[in-house]
Amino acid sequence: MEQIVIIGNGISGVTAARHIRKNSNKKITLVSAETKYFFSRTALMYVYMGHMKFEHTQPYENWFWKKNNIELKQGYVGKINTDDKILELTNGTSITYNKLIIATGSKPNKFGWPGQDLDGVMGMYHKQDLEKLEKYAPNNKACNRAVIVGGGLIGIELAEMLRSRDIPVTFLVREDSFWNGVLPAQESEMINKHIKEHHIDLRLSTNLKEIKSDENGRVRSVIIEETGEEIFCNLVGLTAGVTPNIDFLKDSKIDIKRGVLVNRFLETNVEGIYAIGDCAEQHEAIGQRRNIEAVWYTGRMMGEALAQTICNKKTEYNPGHWFNSAKFLDIEYQTYGWVFSERNKKENEAYFQWQHPTENKCITISFDKNTNQFLGINTFGIRMRHEIFDSWLTQEKSIEHVLEYLADANFDPEFYKLHEAEIVAKFNLENNANIQLKKKSWTRIFTKA
Amino acid sequence: MKLIKQIGLIVFLIGLLAFTSLIFIGKFNVTSEIFNSTIKNKGIKSEWFINSLKTKIVDKEFTGTFKLSSEITTSVETANKIHRKNKEWDKVIWDKPHSLSYQFIKAAGIGSIPENKGLYWFLTFGLGVIGALMFIVPNVIILGPPGIKNDGIFLEAATNRGWIGWFAFIFLVGFYILLYFYPDLIVNWVYLVDPISESLSGNSASQWFLYGFLYCTVMTVMAIRMYIKYRHNKYQILRTTSVLFFQIVFAFLIPEILVRFEKPWYDFKNAFPLDYDFFFKWNLEELLSSGTFGLFILVWGIVLTIVVVPVMVYFFGKRWYCSWVCGCGGLAETLGDPYRQLSSKTLLSWRVERIVIHSVLIFALVMTGFALYTFFSGASEVLGIKTQTIQDIYGFLIGSIFAGVIGTGFYPIFGNRVWCRFGCPLAAYLGFVQRFKSRFRITTNGGQCISCGNCSTYCEMGIDVRAYAQKGENIIRSSCVGCGVCSAVCPRGVLKLENGPEEGRINPTDILLGNDVDLMELVNKK
Repeated sequence: MEQIVIIGNGISGVTAARHIRKNSNKKITLVSAETKYFFSRTALMYVYMGHMKFEHTQPYENWFWKKNNIELKQGYVGKINTDDKILELTNGTSITYNKLIIATGSKPNKFGWPGQDLDGVMGMYHKQDLEKLEKYAPNNKACNRAVIVGGGLIGIELAEMLRSRDIPVTFLVREDSFWNGVLPAQESEMINKHIKEHHIDLRLSTNLKEIKSDENGRVRSVIIEETGEEIFCNLVGLTAGVTPNIDFLKDSKIDIKRGVLVNRFLETNVEGIYAIGDCAEQHEAIGQRRNIEAVWYTGRMMGEALAQTICNKKTEYNPGHWFNSAKFLDIEYQTYGWVFSERNKKENEAYFQWQHPTENKCITISFDKNTNQFLGINTFGIRMRHEIFDSWLTQEKSIEHVLEYLADANFDPEFYKLHEAEIVAKFNLENNANIQLKKKSWTRIFTKA
Repeated sequence: MKLIKQIGLIVFLIGLLAFTSLIFIGKFNVTSEIFNSTIKNKGIKSEWFINSLKTKIVDKEFTGTFKLSSEITTSVETANKIHRKNKEWDKVIWDKPHSLSYQFIKAAGIGSIPENKGLYWFLTFGLGVIGALMFIVPNVIILGPPGIKNDGIFLEAATNRGWIGWFAFIFLVGFYILLYFYPDLIVNWVYLVDPISESLSGNSASQWFLYGFLYCTVMTVMAIRMYIKYRHNKYQILRTTSVLFFQIVFAFLIPEILVRFEKPWYDFKNAFPLDYDFFFKWNLEELLSSGTFGLFILVWGIVLTIVVVPVMVYFFGKRWYCSWVCGCGGLAETLGDPYRQLSSKTLLSWRVERIVIHSVLIFALVMTGFALYTFFSGASEVLGIKTQTIQDIYGFLIGSIFAGVIGTGFYPIFGNRVWCRFGCPLAAYLGFVQRFKSRFRITTNGGQCISCGNCSTYCEMGIDVRAYAQKGENIIRSSCVGCGVCSAVCPRGVLKLENGPEEGRINPTDILLGNDVDLMELVNKK
């Protein structure tokens, strides 16, 4: 029987395994050094914050794997012998395979800062990072201050985690406004303010120069490049993005660049070896997406697509319209289609923006200024219905259409205050238009386009 | 702020200690007047009981209720033993020993407590409420900006089955056991609410009035906690206001006021089969003997169950009842909210749940069938089984042990909807309608789900919400009470409670949104 080995039990590896099992009775082995059972990486923060226990982050009960005949192996892959199709684990054992799926995910970026490997310096990615955090920052007595370097999604999550235990946090962000390489200025500024409201010492346009150690090789302080200021701390979080976790492939015959190079069928240059998830790199970008996308749902989709291919139904990885979501402390963020920040805005792209006068709610709709075609939406503090925006993007609706039917797209809980009327009024005023907001209609919402 | 909280906690604990210690203190003297009038009221014919008890208790002063209670209950038991042996059936005392004992003791209180009800009320209820509010209200500032704040829930002994949780468990279970089975030991508590009861219904309080008052007080205080915790979430605020309103007005005030006007005590929102004794002989007889108003109640009770309930569930899901109206749900949503994350989500518990809750429903229906048969036929048995026996078993097992002792007492350990999940026959009935014929569902933005598990963790009904959300499937489950917390705690805005068109509400998904599959191929495949 064909033996499928999957390295990595994150969302991509596990999704692949589950879908292969749905469609076949091949032998499946999942190898992971991190944990025995699959868990939701994105939920690790809630374990530290005490919202959940670790077992709550596991989508399947422990009996699930045996029942579905998916073998779990704990171990770290040292080398791949592609000629004989053998995986060598660092503990001395080896596994043979017919087909191999590399789904090893990412690891935190380190940019060669002095002191970046000291005790108390960590990323926030693996389960082991959580354990380290409990060791170095169990409370504000053991950790008088933490410094976080890197202004992205993981950075702000780590800040939120530490604040939940009342640990003072200094947050160093290279950009002059939080995440403004991705977010339009309006949104970015709102988040800056919100971060400060949570008593996080946000330092914009600030770079790390070096991390200093005490006599035991533990973090003592960080030095800021611009001012030379020394900030004393017991923990440094490095959260300046992630890179594919593929060091073990360096001496193999598998082509790599930053990640494992794959085609649209997620095949590497070596037959029978595939790569999915964060560690996979497309030869050519798909649409406006990046070649490597470290996003939860793309990992899931690659797993789904590859499982079809492996079960003899060759399927291209074909991600649909871009979407994503995050939560910045208390502010929920969703995005559908493409909204580029001012910095990366395309020449034809224009914004329509609305912001609530007092609450943390705002939207940016980007559209083509020549054709008025709707390109994408960012919403903060307002939930939107994914299916509706997906179909509007497919049908290349105009921004006028989107605004007219905006009530259909609202996904906030019942009785929430609606702002569609204000939003449309603002658009009419700015553009000398006369759009009439349509009342929400179940028929439109649930009629598939 | 933290200081206010700490002082509040101390004040609350003093109130709780005062309340608890009332069980052990107080002076009681059963005068011959009390003794004789109770014997007369209860129609007791056993000379043995009257004479032996008289020498033991009359005109003697007792401290605390324990000794007095045991004198009375042992006398009942011994007397009954003698009369049963002699087959003197008319002399047997049919009252439950502790209920009879309650009658004697409630009338016999002397000294400080019955004379200073207001003062003792303040020392117990008053301090408890003030302390609790001092503990709760500072959260407006401590919790920071509005938003979901579940920080530390699994790190604290109170909310993660730690020693405080176990202590609360023992305290609550103890309270229910006393309330249901040993009312004579808690007469001091009942004294506290006598003035309130007298002002409402004109009668002095019973242990059930005490329970009703305590219920409303606890719900009000804990509703304030809900308002603060979910102050960003209008759904939660409206829902909490609604259950609070129905509890205080419908379950507490209206029935007491009805009694004042010499009408039957009735809670207009309490639908059969949760109101399991509605079709019992004594209730039907009472209603039928109360003229037009009794008849109105009888008709309303039937209409509520067979028309209002299914129609409302069709339009709004069972949530209109379970988390907007029901008293049991109301307590679960207020007092129980800190414990919602403790309900088990395993497949095993789901299996157990379905068997147990449907068994209770069947039990309730069979019992009601028996009750109606005997009511109309006049016989006391069906197929050789005494109707009374069935009713007693149900009342004891389901009405007292399950709904009370387990249902609420187990909050701190098994989560806040133990009764609603496993026991409530009405929930089973509503659930059938919700599952098969309703416009209610939880819609999911499946592509956005990161499988984090917040939704499942905070589901009080033990539904594995994530299992559906991560597949992008609408959630149509008979047990969902529509509390809306899964939607509130979702960090990605994946879940929305909706009453939409019935058609298409069940949507098994093959491939999640985002993966652009060839639609023609998918169509041809099917």
